[in-house]
Amino acid sequence: MADPEIKSYEPHHESRSAAVTESRPVRVTLTTVTLVFLGIFLLLPLIIVFKEAFAKGVGAYFQSLGDADTRSAIRLTLLVAAISVPLNLVFGLSAAWAIAKFEFKGKAFLTTLIDLPFSVSPVISGLVYVLLFGAQGLLGEWLKAHGIQILFAVPGIVLATVFVTFPFVARELIPLMQEQGNGDEEAALSLGASGWQAFWHVTLPNVKWGLLYGVLLCNARAMGEFGAVSVVSGHIRGLTNTMPLHVEILYNEYNAVGAFAVASLLAGLALVTLVLKTLLEMRYGAEIAATRGH
Amino acid sequence: MEVRVVNVRKEFERFPALHDVSLDIKSGELIALLGPSGSGKTTLLRLIAGLERPTKGAIFFGEEDASQKSIQERNVGFVFQHYALFRHMTVADNIGFGLKVRHGAARPRAQEIRRRALELLDLVQLSGLEKRYPAQLSGGQRQRVALARAMAIEPKVLLLDEPFGALDAQVRRELRRWLREIHDRTGHTTVFVTHDQEEALELADRVVVMSQGRIEQVGTADDIYDTPNSPFVYSFIGESSSLPVKVENGEVWIADRPIGLQAPHAPSGEAVLYFRPHDVDLLDGCSGCIAGTVAASRRVAGTRRVELEIGGERQRVEIELPVDHPAAQKSRVAFRPRRWKLFPVA
Repeated sequence: MADPEIKSYEPHHESRSAAVTESRPVRVTLTTVTLVFLGIFLLLPLIIVFKEAFAKGVGAYFQSLGDADTRSAIRLTLLVAAISVPLNLVFGLSAAWAIAKFEFKGKAFLTTLIDLPFSVSPVISGLVYVLLFGAQGLLGEWLKAHGIQILFAVPGIVLATVFVTFPFVARELIPLMQEQGNGDEEAALSLGASGWQAFWHVTLPNVKWGLLYGVLLCNARAMGEFGAVSVVSGHIRGLTNTMPLHVEILYNEYNAVGAFAVASLLAGLALVTLVLKTLLEMRYGAEIAATRGH
Repeated sequence: MEVRVVNVRKEFERFPALHDVSLDIKSGELIALLGPSGSGKTTLLRLIAGLERPTKGAIFFGEEDASQKSIQERNVGFVFQHYALFRHMTVADNIGFGLKVRHGAARPRAQEIRRRALELLDLVQLSGLEKRYPAQLSGGQRQRVALARAMAIEPKVLLLDEPFGALDAQVRRELRRWLREIHDRTGHTTVFVTHDQEEALELADRVVVMSQGRIEQVGTADDIYDTPNSPFVYSFIGESSSLPVKVENGEVWIADRPIGLQAPHAPSGEAVLYFRPHDVDLLDGCSGCIAGTVAASRRVAGTRRVELEIGGERQRVEIELPVDHPAAQKSRVAFRPRRWKLFPVA
């Protein structure tokens, strides 16, 4: 609980903190440089996306979104996210649980392995699946004989997306769970709870905000992934085109309004994710502070 | 519930944390496991709880071998050092948790669980706080909630890991008395771990002194303080001073002088003399005594503590004098321990 007395220790807003020793021109220059950078590299592109999308009016915008191929791309992206995000939620949760709560051999190796998708170029990730499941690939013959289509189809896209978005949930949860330790779970077990009950009633509520945050990031990446998906998708319009791939195709066909209209949806998703993330951080930050406040 | 620990050994990755420990705990007894950090006291407590499995040996609850039972089956109430309260649950939900997770007929109805929780909250003198969250409680209050939660499952044994470790001195003393009262009222067999000897000696029926994975001595506060059975216990419990001596023909010598202590049953040879700094007779002349030059003198509360250099090798030893004793002004002091013990040098 906030101590009312703390208020009196707050520095006055008028006076600068003694830690800032730079002269006024230096401060102004540094601030300006930062703002200009942010403006040019982040804000301007965002504005341009929406400006180009609406260049020929609201009608043209919605017309291009209504296009059959575009709608199919949106559906496919939603489908891929709907499969890969829950998969990575389950995987991330179990990996974080195993790494944070237990000691076992090969733990350091597993932790490194989880980071692999971050360190490997997405194109390589896609290529691996081509080498594995492609016609000339390791399992290609067998898959063909059994009539299973993975490459240039939805399963391939899902696999590539799962690989690329692998680390988000686990990375978010491991440090959180490690910091919380085993005490709460041991307490639950000593009170007679089963392992599952301890997980459901104690572990999960303890990490729920971190989990939500990880899922949000995972989802944003799953919908926005280009490189790995591009390699395995085959770019079949109306069938295996996700939104990011569709943006590229439309743009290459000089359909600027169409390309930017789809891009505006992805940008919108990014904005929503950012807002949610900020809201979560405010909420989640307070909770972390509370758990530390012994 | 009577608890017997029989020849228990515990290794963590080949590193032994407990060597062949045996301990009988009587039903309804309040026992303290006392020792410095790394002595294995918490490991022993966790073994009794079932949070760890022994590498060798067994633990009996009554006549039943509990060592292969899981922690859930053992039905012990464990209070963790940092309380481990569930931070997303209210105080009442925390206390009721152990009843809520029961299955089938063993699980009381929600109303009954709530009634039990409020009853226990009353027992730990926290009525009215049932809707609070752990973060809204003080350290002492959290400790009480943790105890109430552990007692809610009607445990066979109550185990507490450093129950007052994270609290300030004032609250500690208060809770200590309160825990004793609760124990006397409920009659649970209780084992608690502490590194604070004052806490152990004041609170427990019997104290188990541990060091380096072994039990050094088990006994009442009087036994432990008045007749320590090892150099470790002598120096760990209370203040003590020690001097290297020699035993010859049942007499104790320092260098080439006898100090007037008779030890007819001690074997001849090198030994170490232990005594309490306050438990000494000051002497005027010195025929058969320990005499030394005052090296330092400090006032400590109601007494004066004097450090003496003894003999040619300038062994330092500490004794306590009454504040107004004339010896404190002198540069040489002679004394003889009133109660003392010899431990042969191994």
